[in-house]
Formats: sequence, structure tokens, C-alpha cells
Amino acid sequence: MRAPLIAVLLIFIGFFFFPYFYNTAVGQLGASLPELQKPLGEQCIEDPNWMSENHMVLLKDWRDNVIRKGIRTYISDTYGTEYNISTYTCFECHTSKAEFCDKCHAYTGVKPNCWDCHVYPELLEQYK
Amino acid sequence: MITRRRFLIMAGSALSAVALSASQAERVLAAFSKPAIDQQRVKWGMVIDLRKFNDLPEKKRKRVYEACKEIHNIPVFPDPKDRVEWIWGADFEHVFPEQFHEFLEEQFKWLEVPILCNHCENPPCAKVCPTNATWKRDDGIVTMDYHRCIGCRYCMAACPYGMRSFNWRDPRPFIKKINTTYHTRTKGVVEKCTFCVERLEKGMQPACVEVSEESFIFGDLNALESEVSKILREHFFIRRKPELGTEPKVYYLL
Repeated sequence: MRAPLIAVLLIFIGFFFFPYFYNTAVGQLGASLPELQKPLGEQCIEDPNWMSENHMVLLKDWRDNVIRKGIRTYISDTYGTEYNISTYTCFECHTSKAEFCDKCHAYTGVKPNCWDCHVYPELLEQYK
Repeated sequence: MITRRRFLIMAGSALSAVALSASQAERVLAAFSKPAIDQQRVKWGMVIDLRKFNDLPEKKRKRVYEACKEIHNIPVFPDPKDRVEWIWGADFEHVFPEQFHEFLEEQFKWLEVPILCNHCENPPCAKVCPTNATWKRDDGIVTMDYHRCIGCRYCMAACPYGMRSFNWRDPRPFIKKINTTYHTRTKGVVEKCTFCVERLEKGMQPACVEVSEESFIFGDLNALESEVSKILREHFFIRRKPELGTEPKVYYLL
């Protein structure tokens, strides 16, 4: 009774981690990591590593503060500088959605719907 | 030998440790400035002087509606059934159905009455919203959070004034010129006038008020010395369907 159960489990694990094993074997693991566009400014509004992991939390926090409380200025926790709360504040340094946001989102398979409503630089080009 | 009980306890505590560290990572940075408007003290309201407004040439009256469209990225659809609008002009008869009768003075019959969201004190639209996407702020503005709107259109059914529009189609291709400082909306959300909250927070007047050549007056109803409260104290005004008890905050001077 035990043996087939373990066999099935092993087969499942094998299939589940197949891409990982395969890429390690070929030596391609992490090779297709996207190269992101270099931002313009000197620093991001918070620590870059924190931002890459938690920007969605920050954006949601921004959203709730602007719409629910009417607060439109954000004070950086790391640097103490003030920023206008707007999705367009990001684009002042990260000048392209396709080269910055989309690349990483495509790699991680995330499909945020921010840009159905919010304006991004490429959209402005279309309207010019 | 690990018992099943022991295994479950270990697996459970491992999972909760992971969840805890994840919630630590989602630390919310609570570094925000104070809101621009003290919402507890202010109560916004608008007075529309119908006679002054109707004395304006047609071009200038149109300009009031156009200004709103431009600033808020409101689309213009070819099919009137898809219409999305925040403010527009209507007949006296349709705006004030309970005031209209056989012997109404001729001058009222032909008045163009600009209509917009009344920002009611008791907004029925906010009451019916199942997701809290629309609600009344403390300063009396009934506003929208499009992120939360699921497009059920309960609010449109509840609004006794018909001041809400639904996006049946993607509005973007139908916006002539985009205002970069404002968002657009998406297919499947309801939208309406917000008394230009984003402009008020910058210390500006709403867009329609600014181009109305003083036929619209906007201000704080709570402040005794504000222009709106002065006008309301000294003049006779009417409101839309006051008998419903929604307490609209757009006042019309005849």
C-alpha cells in the first residue's frame, strides 16, 4: 500500500519541479531574467530592493490615502523627501511602461489592470 | 517515528511562521502628510444662478460643459445610448417636474438648467453600493473609488436624479484629448461628478465654476461668511426633488 503512494508522490514532485530541474541541467536557470530600463533619478522613493518586492503594497496604500482620506503627499520612509501621490510620479524616472513595468510583469506572469484607467507615457504618445 | 499528530503540528507552525514573515514584509509605510482639506469642518455646496447662466451667450454656456469634459477625460460616444456625462443642460420641465404646471411663467419654461450630481446629504446611491465604491466623504462630497466598482449599477437605479453614467464600452478611443494629470475610466464602471475633489485639494474652484462667469458659486456651507451661505441666507432658491429627503447640496436661484 505504501510503495505505490510514494511512487505517485515522487512522479508528481518530478513533474512539478521539471522546469527547475531542466533549466538547472541545461545551465539556463535564471538566464532569461529581464533587463530593466535604468531609471533617470538618483534614488527611488524607497529602498530599491524593498520597492521591487513591495511596490504594489505602496501603491495600494497610496490609493487608499488619496481616495479615502484626501492625502496627496507621501513622505519617503527611507529618505524623508516628499512626493506627490500619483502613478505618474513613477514615470518621471521610469520613463517607459513597456521597458520597466511590463518586462518584469511578463516574466513573473502578473497582469495588473492599473493601466486600463491610469495614464502612462506610451498612451500619451498615442494622443499627441 | 513522527506521529501524524506531531507532523500536523509541525506543518502548521511552519506555515504560520511563513505567513507571519510574509506579513512582516508587507509592512505598510505610514508616512503621509496631513490631508489638504479638513473634512470634518468643511461642507461643500454649489449655487447656480439660473438667470445669470441663461444670460450668457450659448457658446459660453456650452463651455461650462466642455471644460468638465476636457479636465476629466470624459469620452464622447457617437451612440447617445452610451453617453457618459457629469454635467449637462436640461429643460426646467425635466429638472423640476414637481414645479412644472400649466400656468408656469413663460421665462421659466425655456430656461436651460445645468444639472450635475447633487452631492446629497443622504445619498441613496452610497447606501445601495454593495462594495463601498461610492460613499459620502465627511466634507459632503459623494465620490467614487473606481478600483472597487464592480459595475452592478445599483447606484444608477437608486439615484433619483439620473446623474450617474455607466461605461458600456472602453472609453479611451473616444477621448479627444487626454489630460495627463487625470485618469480615464475603464469599461464596466459607473462615474459621475466629484465636485472636482482633486482641484479643491489644490485650493482651486471646480472646473465648471471657474468658466461659468460667476453664474455658479461654490463654497463652504458651514462657514457663515462664505459667499454660498450668504446667498442662501438672502435669496429664494429651489432644489431638485427636495421632497425625497435626500437633501441635495446644489441650489438653484431663479
